[in-house]
Amino acid sequence: MELSQMSLFASCVLIFVSATFTDNILMARFLGMCSCLGVSKKVDTSLGLGLAVMFVTAVTAALNYLVYQYMLVPLHLEYLKLIIFIVVIAAFTQLVEMIIERTSEKLYNSLGIFLPLITVNCAILGISLFMLNKPYSFWQAFAFGLGGGLGWFLAIALIGGIREKINESALPKGLEGPGITLIIIGIMALGFVGFSGMIKI
Amino acid sequence: MLTSILISVGFLLACGLILAALLVLAEKKILNYGTCHIHINNGKKTLDVEGGSSLLNSLAEQNIFIPSACGGRGTCAYCKLKVNEGGGSISPVEEPYLSPEERQEHVRLSCQVKVRRDLSIEIPDDLFSVRRFHAKVARKRALTHDIVELRLALVEPTTIEFEAGQYIQLESAEYKGHEAVMRGYSISSVPSDKTHLELIIRLVPDGICSTWVVQHLKEGANITLSGPYGHFHLSDTTAPIICIAGGSGMAPIWSILRDMKEKGLNRPATYFFGALTQRDLFFLDEFKQLAKECPWFTFVPALSKEPADSSWQGERGLITEVVDRHFPDTSQHEAYLCGSPGMIDAAIAVLKKNGMPEANIFYDKF
Repeated sequence: MELSQMSLFASCVLIFVSATFTDNILMARFLGMCSCLGVSKKVDTSLGLGLAVMFVTAVTAALNYLVYQYMLVPLHLEYLKLIIFIVVIAAFTQLVEMIIERTSEKLYNSLGIFLPLITVNCAILGISLFMLNKPYSFWQAFAFGLGGGLGWFLAIALIGGIREKINESALPKGLEGPGITLIIIGIMALGFVGFSGMIKI
Repeated sequence: MLTSILISVGFLLACGLILAALLVLAEKKILNYGTCHIHINNGKKTLDVEGGSSLLNSLAEQNIFIPSACGGRGTCAYCKLKVNEGGGSISPVEEPYLSPEERQEHVRLSCQVKVRRDLSIEIPDDLFSVRRFHAKVARKRALTHDIVELRLALVEPTTIEFEAGQYIQLESAEYKGHEAVMRGYSISSVPSDKTHLELIIRLVPDGICSTWVVQHLKEGANITLSGPYGHFHLSDTTAPIICIAGGSGMAPIWSILRDMKEKGLNRPATYFFGALTQRDLFFLDEFKQLAKECPWFTFVPALSKEPADSSWQGERGLITEVVDRHFPDTSQHEAYLCGSPGMIDAAIAVLKKNGMPEANIFYDKF
């Protein structure tokens, strides 16, 4: 069935699921790798960064959708989307960092240090750019952002869990750190390949 | 064509400006903590600071300098102090640097604690007199194959007050991929010379700061340091003194002995200068001169690795053996030791064996 024939809610759910699993931003597109390699040593920090990324991805996807549809398209400035999206994401993360810092110190202590990392996370920019490839409506774009963020969250949480269990000091020296992580990610990516073709939109 | 360029540039500019203005506004509105009070050492001193910046920077603005080498990035862990109230929870940046005991005692990295409300903290008393100095290298000379002497002229502030035996922290600059670090060096000059500092620095293999000083620092260069730190200084008793130090550990002893001479103290003092071979000796003439001028002072250089058939006329053997030979009874003496932990532990063992109470042994391990 084509997206346009479905109800808005059904299409949103479908887009959400496909962005999370079949099109997983980290496993299928290999975006957001640098911060994933850097922070996935432990489960709790992985969860922290993953949650922050999920939140920022969903909101900036919606924000960037509005900026694109209602500012860039009318002014015929579509080619500026890359730079404008980066600026919007950076400003938004800064703002969120400030608000979190003021409202909940506990959340700030567990999430706050990851927010500057997110400013330059390419997965977030990638999702904002990919959503323009399809003729999404606002809510569909938001579902795509949320799903993409959840996908990244799942992936880094899984990698964090595996890395925590692995006794790195028992590995050959050349495999420590990023080496074994990339191997883990590669094998996990093979698993995610299993989802491909499950949903076609 | 031109209009489209103008529109895109204008749009970008407007976007950037609006977002930047929004952020500045938000920072002013959201992160405004007002004036906070920092209570130091149970109310001995109270500072009023503008909230929002780190405790380390807030204290530095009030001229209280906590040692810090990394510039507040939370990587050197030198800026630890006790935050009893108002510090909030420990951040992930601090976690790797705090032991369970330190957590129990509310020790925090002051660069990672943000002043958000009134704080109650504890700082060692002597840090109150610590200042940060800008200085110029007035003279740099080699004393042995691996030890140099630096003479620094203070530029801002121009004078320093310290006690003979204290040390300063030297900040190295970045070079060849090494980041700036801070290392402590004892002052070898006398406290009466308030405008200059002298340091004796040994090249530590792979040492970041000492390599920088020995190989990269030039005469006339600008340098930053903070101090004075430390509790290693002469006691005010009249007990005879035994000093034991080798290599660059001589620095505080050299300062203390000359300070004694200037102050006209006539306490009997013996300095055991331990070295490996003759090429590791320095300041021999200076010490012999001091011994000639001051009848209360005896100088005993001793070599441990000197070949048996060499021209050396003085003492031979490990410095602890030489001390043992000279002072079979040390029960009435005080000892001042400076050097590596191994040397100091060995010296303490000998001194205690010969009857010295542990309370009379003062040392500076590095």
